[in-house]
Amino acid sequence: MKYKKYLQAVASFVVGFTFALGLSISGMTQPSKVLGFLTWDENWDPTLIFVMLGAIPVHAITYYLARKRKSPLLDSEWHVPTTTKISKELVIGSALFGVGWGLAGYCPGPALTSVGSGSLQAVYFVGAMIAGMFAHQLFKKSFSK
Amino acid sequence: MTETIAYALGGGALIGLAVSIMLVFNGRVTGISGITNSFLTAQEGRLWRGVFIIGLWLGGFVMAMINPTFFAVPDTPLPSVLIAGFLVGFGTVMGSGCTSGHGICGLSRLSLRSLVATVTFMLAGILVATGLKYFGGV
Repeated sequence: MKYKKYLQAVASFVVGFTFALGLSISGMTQPSKVLGFLTWDENWDPTLIFVMLGAIPVHAITYYLARKRKSPLLDSEWHVPTTTKISKELVIGSALFGVGWGLAGYCPGPALTSVGSGSLQAVYFVGAMIAGMFAHQLFKKSFSK
Repeated sequence: MTETIAYALGGGALIGLAVSIMLVFNGRVTGISGITNSFLTAQEGRLWRGVFIIGLWLGGFVMAMINPTFFAVPDTPLPSVLIAGFLVGFGTVMGSGCTSGHGICGLSRLSLRSLVATVTFMLAGILVATGLKYFGGV
């Protein structure tokens, strides 16, 4: 498969595009809707639970069926994470992410998709998100010394 | 209400389809924080990752053309947006995933690690958003 790299890129373009359609249709790209889901008061809006209820069964079935194959269609091996350790980093990192999510109503996918929509707020958010990713690299380096 | 539930379910199913295409063709998890971080830092695999992000952008662009209200933005103060973005970037790399990688892909394959991550970021998000509502503007 000489053109494997390019075919994989075509597949991931389709995935990115479809993902963006799903995020915007489901309401995930509206920070106020996300915050309405995360804010537990008399106006609590539970509809975003249905995004997961729509996504997980579809993927669970394809995951189960796909993994019966020895390899994916465009690669010679699977790249699905195999780590099982519940580490300190997993919990602390997820908590920090949750704090940011609850603060502005954006998680990475909807934020990146909203950049494509021309939202300036999303551009600022993604810029800060990238800074946070680089900051983690520095943080990790200074602790592994 | 029923209409927004239908949109959430339908949009969710599309997301499920998208991550399934990634798995079946490329054998990978569609973790958006991981893809973004590796695009910025990893030496290899920049093409598919970059093209994935362009796909997200183009999808956002097309959907904003069809209906701009999909991207309605609340008047969150800029400092909050910046702090939130920083925490999301730092936290998702430290915790190896976000709503897509842990919340959808991980839960779909019954990963305990992803369940712990998802419960943690959901609770933290609820705590902060609900706290801001009651104690905001302090």
